[in-house]
Amino acid sequence: MDKLSEKAEEILESLWVMTVEGDNVGCLLSSLKVELDSEELLELIQRAYVEVRDGRVHLRKEGRAEAQMTVRRHRLAERLTMDILGIEGEEGNEQACAFEHLLKQGVDTKLCTLLNHPTTCPHGNPIPPGECCDAARQQGEPGIVPLTELKPAETGEIAYLAASDDKKMQKLMSMGVLPGSQLSLVQKFPSYIFKVGHSQFAVDDTLAREIYIRRPH
Amino acid sequence: MSEQQSSSPKVVLVGNPNVGKSVLFNVLTGAYTTVSNYPGTSVEVSRGHCTIDDQRYEILDTPGMYSMMPITDEERVARQILLKEDPHAVIHIIDARNIDRMLPITLQLIEAGLPVVLVVNILDEAKRLGMELDLELLQDHLGIPVIGAVMKRRIGLHELRRAIADYAMVPHKPFAYAADLEADINKLVRLIHGDYRLSRRATCLLLMQKDDDIEALVEKNESESNFLQLKDGLREIIFKRRADLNLQISLERKKVCKRMLDGVVTQIIKDVEPLGEKLSKLMMNPWTGTPILLLVVYFGLYKFVGGFGAGTLVDFLEGNLFENYVNPPVINFAEKYLTQRWLYELTVGEYGLWTLGIRYAVALVLPIVGAFFLIFSLLEDTGYFPRLALLVDRLFKRIGLSGRAVIPIVLGFGCDTMATLVTRTLETRRERIIATMLLALAIPCSAQLGVILGLLSAAPNALAVWSIFLLLVFLLIGFLAARLLPGESPVFYMEIPPLRLPQLRNVVVKTLTRMQSYFVEILPLFLFASVILWAGKMTGTLSTVVGALSPVVKALGLPVEVTTAFVFGFFRRDFGAAGLYDLQSSGLLNITQLTVAAVTLTLFVPCVAQFLVMLKERGVKTALGIFVFVTLMAFSSGWFLNKFLLATGLLA
Repeated sequence: MDKLSEKAEEILESLWVMTVEGDNVGCLLSSLKVELDSEELLELIQRAYVEVRDGRVHLRKEGRAEAQMTVRRHRLAERLTMDILGIEGEEGNEQACAFEHLLKQGVDTKLCTLLNHPTTCPHGNPIPPGECCDAARQQGEPGIVPLTELKPAETGEIAYLAASDDKKMQKLMSMGVLPGSQLSLVQKFPSYIFKVGHSQFAVDDTLAREIYIRRPH
Repeated sequence: MSEQQSSSPKVVLVGNPNVGKSVLFNVLTGAYTTVSNYPGTSVEVSRGHCTIDDQRYEILDTPGMYSMMPITDEERVARQILLKEDPHAVIHIIDARNIDRMLPITLQLIEAGLPVVLVVNILDEAKRLGMELDLELLQDHLGIPVIGAVMKRRIGLHELRRAIADYAMVPHKPFAYAADLEADINKLVRLIHGDYRLSRRATCLLLMQKDDDIEALVEKNESESNFLQLKDGLREIIFKRRADLNLQISLERKKVCKRMLDGVVTQIIKDVEPLGEKLSKLMMNPWTGTPILLLVVYFGLYKFVGGFGAGTLVDFLEGNLFENYVNPPVINFAEKYLTQRWLYELTVGEYGLWTLGIRYAVALVLPIVGAFFLIFSLLEDTGYFPRLALLVDRLFKRIGLSGRAVIPIVLGFGCDTMATLVTRTLETRRERIIATMLLALAIPCSAQLGVILGLLSAAPNALAVWSIFLLLVFLLIGFLAARLLPGESPVFYMEIPPLRLPQLRNVVVKTLTRMQSYFVEILPLFLFASVILWAGKMTGTLSTVVGALSPVVKALGLPVEVTTAFVFGFFRRDFGAAGLYDLQSSGLLNITQLTVAAVTLTLFVPCVAQFLVMLKERGVKTALGIFVFVTLMAFSSGWFLNKFLLATGLLA
C-alpha cells in the first residue's frame, strides 16, 4: 500500500486530538476543513480508516493505530525542533510539521530513543508510547532522569547538566552541582531542594529540569 | 599604583557567601560590618585595619564569590579587587563541612599566583556531622598555610594573625590538568607578555572561558599584532572545545581537589537528625511553612512592631518623655528667646524643625523602625529568609520576581528606602524594576505601618479591608508587570544555609548598625522636609498646593483637610499617616473615609528619600515613570474603593 499523503495524515491527527483526546463524537467536515469529495478524505475512506456519517467524520477502529502513530510522530518532531534545535514559536511549529512527515520507518523509534522516550510534547500533551518506549519500560526504569523525576529522599549521581545557557551552567557548577557528585533530593514542592555533600540548595523547576541524575542500580 | 605603595600592606578576604567571612573580618579588625546568614547581603566592600607586631594591615572584605569567573555584579566586585589591589595576603575562608565543594576556588586563587592563606572555618559543626579533618596533611598537599578555625569563638585567630605576619610568598608549582588541556593553556601562555597581576596561566584559563573583562584587559596590555594572534589561537581552542570547556575545567579542578583531600577527610556516619534539621524541614514544607510564616508575621510584625514598638514604646517616648519632660523646656526656651515669628515657626511651630523634625524622628519613627530591625536581624541570623524565599518562589514568579526578591520586599516593611537599595542583589534589570515599583506602590514601611495599624486597629473591619485591598493591588500590579514588561523570567537558585541559633550580640549590634544608618540617613531628610513645609507655610505655597490637590481629594469622598496629609505623605510616608491620626482624633473622618484615606496614602508616592534612591538606582526615566504610575494608581484605587464601600455599605 502507498504511503498516506501528508494531508491525509493531518486529518487523522486532528481526528485523534478531537475525538480520542477531546470529547467530540466525530468531527464536522467543516471543522476539519475538508470537502466530502476531497482526495485525502477518499484516501482514508478507501483504507477504512474513517467513515463519514451525517456530515461528520468518524475515526474507525482500523484507523486508530495509524492515527496514534501520526500524533506520536508530530509530537516527537515538536520535541526535536523545540528542545534540541531550539526553534521556538510559530517557526518551531512549522518546522515540526515539516519534520513529522519525514519520521517514517523506524526513524521515529530512533528519535524517540535519542530523546529518552519523552512522554509529553513541549505543549504538555501526551506522546502516545511506541514499541521502543514499551521495550525501555520492560528493561526497568530509565537510568538517567532529570532531577524533576526523582522522588523525595531518593539519591543518585549527577550524570550530566543540560543547561541551555552558559550562565545557568556556571550557576549550577558553582553550587557544586558537577557530574560525578552524589545528590539527594529533599523535597519537590514548592521548590526543588537537594543536598550535595553537606550543603542544601533550592532551585526552581527550570533549573531542576537541567540536572540529570543517574539512579543507582 | 603609586598611592598604594605608601599605605599599609593589604589583606583581602575572599570566600563563598555564608562561610563566616564577615565574622572573620570583625574579629580581625574589631570593626563591625553587617554579618548575615543570607547569601548576598554585603554588596559593598568593607575596609578595616588590624595591627600585628606593630605593623598595620588594611583588611578588605569582599562580597561572596563562587568562582573566579563572576556571574553576578557582587562577584564582579570581588574579582575586581583581586585584579586591582596588590595584596600582601589573600585569605580564603571556607566552610569545613563543604571543603570538597569550596576547595576548587582555593586552587583557582593559588593558580592565579596570589599569596593565599586557607582558613577552614566552622570546624565545630563539621565535627558534629562526624567529619574529621587532617589539616596538616592538607597544608602539605597544597603548599600554602592552612588554618583550622571556629571564628565566631575566635578559635584559630591567633594562628591566622601569625600566618599573616609571617607570610612569605613562594612560587607555586601549578596543579596539572589533563594533557590536552595543558597543551592548549601553554599555547596561549606563550602568546601573552603583559603583566596582569593574576598569573598568565590563570589569565589564559579565564580567556578560554570567555571572560569579557579579562579580554578587555588583555587587549589593552598587549601589542595589536600580539593580541590578534592570541585571538586567533583562542578562537580555535574555544571552537574545538565548544561542547564542554567550562565543564571540563570544573571537572579537572575537582579531580585535583580529590587528590588534595586524599586522606584529609574522614567521615564517620552519624544518623541522628539534629533538631535544627527537623525545624528546617517544617519551614520548607508549604503545609507547615505557611502557618509558621503567619505566626512570624503575627507575633513579629503585628504584636512586636505594631503592638510593642508603635504602641508601648511610642506612648512612652512621645506621650510621656517628650510631652512631659522634653518639650516644655524647649518650647519655653523658644518662647523666651526666639521671639521673631519666622524663627519661632521654624523651630517649634506647627511644622518646625523641633516639632516635625526631631520629635517625629526620635519619638515616633525610631522606636517603630528599631523594633522592626530587631525582628529582621533576628530572623536573618537564624537563616529563615532563604527558606521563606523557596517557599514563595512559585508565587513570586507569577509577579515577575524570583524567591530571591523576598529579602527586599520584607525589608520594605521596615524601610522602603533601604529595600530599594537592596534590590541591587536581584539578578535581572527586569526584576529590579518590578521590585522597585512594588516597593513604591504597595509596601508600607514600618513607620507608616505602625501609625496605620494604630489608626485602624479600633475598627478590625477597616483593617481587614485595608490589608486585603493592598494585597490585591500588590498581586494584580505584579501580575500585570510580569505580563507587560519585556525580558526573560528569572531563574531561582539559592543555597540554604543550616538553621542557626542567633547570637544575641550579633543581633543587637546588627540592629544598632541598621538603626544608626537609618538615623543618619533619615534625620537630615526629616529636617529638610520640615524646612520645606515651613517655607511653604510662610510663603503660602503650601496652601496653594493643598488647594490645587483638594478637588482630587474631594473626588475620593474625603474632607479637604486630608489634603495636607497627602502633601506631607510625600515628605515622609508616616507624616501623612500621622496627619490622618490627628484628623481622626478630632472626629473629622468616618470609618469609610478613614479606610479610603489610609489605602490611598499607603499606595501614594514614596517618600522623598525613597524617590531619591529610585532615581539613583533605576535612572531618571524609570524612576519618573514609576512615580507617575504610582500616583495615578493610588488615587484611582482610592476613588474605586470609596465607590465600592459606599455601594456595598461594607463599613457603614
